[in-house]
Order: sequence, then structure tokens, then C-alpha cells
Amino acid sequence: MSTTTRTHGPGRGRERGQGRGQGRGRGERGPLASIGLHAGLLLAVAVSLFPVVWLVLTSLKPRDSWLSAELRLFDHSSLDNYVRVLSATEFPRWLLNSVLAAGLTMLGGVFLAATTGYAVSRFRFPGHRSVMWLLLITQMFPVAILIVPLYNLMAGLGLLNQIPGLVIAYMTISVPFCAWMMKSYFDTVPVEIDQAAMVDGLTPFGTFWRVALPLARPGIAVTAFYCFMTAWGEVGYATVFMSQEDKRTLGVGLQQFVGQHWSDWGLMTASAVLIAIPAGAVFLLVQRHLVTGLTAGATKS
Amino acid sequence: MAVSTGRVAAAGEGARGRHDRPGRLRRALSAHWYAWAMIAPVVVVMAVLIGWPLARGVYLSLTDATEANIGRTIGVNVIPATYEFVGLDNYLRILTSGLFWDKLAWTVVWTVVCVGLHYGIGLGLAVMLNRRLRFRSVYRVLLILPWAVPAFVAAFVWRYLYNSDYGVINGLLKAAGLPAVGWLDDPTTAKIAVIAVNVWIGVPFMMVAMLGGLQSIPAELYEAAEVDGANAWQRFRAITLPGLRQVSSTVILLGTIWTFNMFPIIFLVTRGGPGSETEILVTYAFREAFTGVRNYAGSAAWGVIILLMLVVLAIGYRRTLRSQGDPW
Repeated sequence: MSTTTRTHGPGRGRERGQGRGQGRGRGERGPLASIGLHAGLLLAVAVSLFPVVWLVLTSLKPRDSWLSAELRLFDHSSLDNYVRVLSATEFPRWLLNSVLAAGLTMLGGVFLAATTGYAVSRFRFPGHRSVMWLLLITQMFPVAILIVPLYNLMAGLGLLNQIPGLVIAYMTISVPFCAWMMKSYFDTVPVEIDQAAMVDGLTPFGTFWRVALPLARPGIAVTAFYCFMTAWGEVGYATVFMSQEDKRTLGVGLQQFVGQHWSDWGLMTASAVLIAIPAGAVFLLVQRHLVTGLTAGATKS
Repeated sequence: MAVSTGRVAAAGEGARGRHDRPGRLRRALSAHWYAWAMIAPVVVVMAVLIGWPLARGVYLSLTDATEANIGRTIGVNVIPATYEFVGLDNYLRILTSGLFWDKLAWTVVWTVVCVGLHYGIGLGLAVMLNRRLRFRSVYRVLLILPWAVPAFVAAFVWRYLYNSDYGVINGLLKAAGLPAVGWLDDPTTAKIAVIAVNVWIGVPFMMVAMLGGLQSIPAELYEAAEVDGANAWQRFRAITLPGLRQVSSTVILLGTIWTFNMFPIIFLVTRGGPGSETEILVTYAFREAFTGVRNYAGSAAWGVIILLMLVVLAIGYRRTLRSQGDPW
């Protein structure tokens, strides 16, 4: 799965081919194709980066300069918007709520997903297929069908405007997919290791806890991260369950900055950067593992 | 995988030193009890958090429950629920309304176009990235970036980009001497706009999944095909596409379900507007339940219909894959 195994530049291969006097070697391409390839990728990179770059640039503009339709990249750059977001709005409060909700979802989600993923990956027990199928089916649940009963349930239990209530709702979204991801990871851990551990006298649970779990550590990190991001980016449940001002999460709170009648893009962009940058940084750190986890199961089976 | 796991189970039994020959049920129980114990938490959580609300949702969809009659507790006063069972009325009303079919048509267009573009662009980029290439990992990281942006942040950012007065897209159009477009004010452009946002967000996932799939295809196959004189297109058709089947079928099904239910993009970028032109089934059902007089029963009925459609889709899809020999 490593992507760095084939790092020869195109140049080297071509030299070799020409050295033997055969023109282009197998799998090599002409300069024109290379230019086309790079042009295509550069275009794609431009599209993928532009909104993010523009977001950062706007957030650095002075308070009202987003009101001008002129395209200026830098224009009295300042951290004004950031200061305003952090000091004059409820942003820090929302941030705390979001971190709490996402963090708790992550803990519960990983615990449940790890055991399920392991069982489904290692044991062919009756019902194994239906469990995976059940998990996939729950991915299909639209917000609309669960949200009303869940809302009533939460209201009945007094969990509206409570972080735990939100966490419970988030588990319904994150656990199924995370179980799939954990299964993929456990599939990549050689079964022989488990067998050796069992021969040495560990119980199946002992094997899971002491052998498989430590080996799947990168997988757990990624699953945890994915859980966190799911909760972090959720809007539907949060909008309905957390109506109280001081209980809002970021996704709900930010809607205030760009309402129907009044928008402050300065506040919005600054807070968007504050939310996206840390998440993006961690994401880029774990993305290599994320790739493995998502595809290993699908490509192997 | 299936073969080796049998051995694990056998090893587990051996380790516990069994000598007796129990009956079939007991054998199954003793061979599988730990597997069942390990999935029990998830099954229980799913049953409580999804099964129960689902059952109640289905029940609510057969009643006339609204905010007014649902029954609630205000302080110490308990107001009992007064809604009644009305059978399939809600479903009849929805299925006979033009609105539902309008929304369904747009939701299908939205899903097909989005997933098609996700898959096509993702596969294209993955194939490009799977070559020997200078700056390969740089391209890869930069192309994954949109995935790292939380959906609601992306929605707000794009709303700003689309803004008709201050948005940079119109700014660029004006700079090029073209008239500004009221992106989110016109049904057609608003639809294009939300699709563009969703494609922007969704392509990295597809690209990454495809890249993983491509790297699992043995290079020898390509070498052999080249020796046999197959051109690039033939190699793509005969090796790449079949090699990606497993990954493709998974991500297309997941992508379809996710897109069909994609809530935040539409909810936050256009709020379903203009009018309710960009509203997909899910956002409409949400709006039904939580704006104006909250029509819980109606919303639940919409939800049940959406779910049924997806289940039918998934079962059909699974059947097709199975008949083609995939181990689903």
C-alpha cells in the first residue's frame, strides 16, 4: 500500500531507455504526455486549493473589506477578525462544546468499533455476514427518520441541550462505519500472529487485547480521528438538539454569522479557518493510514 | 481469509483443551461465543439507538403527530399525547403530491450526477497519480485537502464564493468582462452550485480509494499486456477496470447512499432555496419536522419512504454484484 515505493523520477527511466538506444522504454511517456499530465494535475490542485486559499486570505482582510467586490489579494492584512471571533462572540464556547461532543463520540465509537471489527475480521461465525450488512444498512438511515424519534426520546430523558444526548445521537452515525474501518485494519494484521498468541495460551479476548489491538494502533488512531471528524462536522442533529445559545456546537453557531438578513463574512471566514486548520493539519498527518484503512478491506477480501 | 479463521477457532478450542464431543448447538456456541460476545455491544447499541427510534419512527409515520399534540412535560405539568393512529394517510398524501415526485426527481439527478462526477474525476486523478511522476506526493496531499475541510465549513466557504455581490466567482467573471451571475438565486445555477460544492468535497475520497485499488493491481499484469502489444486504452479496459471492481462497487454504493442523504451541503449552502428548488428528500423531511408547525408524522413518513428506497437500491445492487460473482 505504501505509495513511496516507486519514487524514481521519470528522468531516470528515460535515460536508461535511451542509453540502450531503444527510444522510450516500456511504461515511459514522451515529454508531451508528461506536460499534459502535470497540467492536468496542476489544474486539479488549483481547483482543490482555491476555496481554502481564498478563505484564509479573506479572513486576514480588515473588517469590512469583504464588502468590496474588487479582487485584492492582500490589503492591510490583519488578525482583526480573529480577535473579534475569539473575544466578542460565543465562538470559544461553541468550540468547547464541539470538542466535548466529538471527543466523547470518539471514545465510545472506537471502543465499540474495535471489538466488532476484530470479531468480524477474524471469526467466521454464524451471522457474521449479516452483521456487516446490518452496519452498512445503518449507513443508509437518513437524518429524517431517526431525528424525530430520537428528539422525542431525548426530550423524554431530559437530554435535549445536553452534550451526552448529542453524543448518543452521533454514535448512531459513527459506529457502523468505524466498525467497517476497523475490520479493514484487522484484515491487514497477519492471522498467524493471532494463532501464535493462542498457541502460547492466550484466550481469544487476550489475543485481541494484548496482540491484535496494539498491532492495529495506527488503525485505531485513524478510526478515532474519523469518529471525531464525523461528530465535528455534523450539523443536522446539533441544530435540532442544541437550541440553547450556550450549548451550540460550531456547526450550529456559525450559522449565526451568516444569517438570512445579516452576514459577517469576516467573522465567518476567521472562524472557519480556526476550525479547518487544526483539523486539516491532523488530517494530513493521518491520511496515509486513512487510505490504507479504507481500501485494504475492499481490495483484499 | 475464511480458511485461516477456521484455524484460529480450532486453535482457540485446542488451547482450552476440549476432550468431550458436544452437540452441534453447543459446538457452535463454544466455537463462536467470543465472537458473539465481541459484537454484542454494537448489536445492543444499534438496537437501542437505531432499532428503537426506527420502530417509533415507523409508528409515528402512521399517526397524525405534530408539535401540538405530541405530549410533553412543561415544568411539573405533563400534557398527555393526543395524536391518533391514521393508518397510511401520511404516505398516501405524500405519494399523491407532485412535490414528492419533484423532490425525488431532483434527488435522483443530484445523486447520479454527483456520484458520476466523483467516480469519474476520482478515477481520472488516481490514474494520473499512479504513474511515475515528479512531485507525486505533493500533488497527492494537495488534492486530498478538500477532504480535510469539515463539510459545514466547506458549505460556508462556498456560500461566500458564490455570493452575488462580494463573491470571488462573480469577481472573476466581472474582471473577465462578463456579467455577474446570481448563483444561488436562480434554480438552475443554484443546482449547479450545490453539485459543484459536493463534487469538490467528495472527489478526494474517491481518488484515494481508487489509488489504493490501483496499487493493489500487480504491475506484472501491465508488463505482460505491454509485451503482448496492448495499448494504453486496452490496458485500462482489460486490467485497470476489472482490477478496481471490488473497490469500485464498494465506494459507489457508499457514495450513492451518502450523496442521497447529504444533508449539510444543501442545508447550509442554499437552505433548499430558491423556494425549495434545491431541496433534496432528506432536507425536505428535516424542514417538515423542524420548521413552522412541526409535522412529526409527515416527516417520519418521508423518512420511511427514503429509507425504503435506499434499502431496495442496496439489495438490488448487492444482488447484481453477487450474480457477477462478487463475495458480497
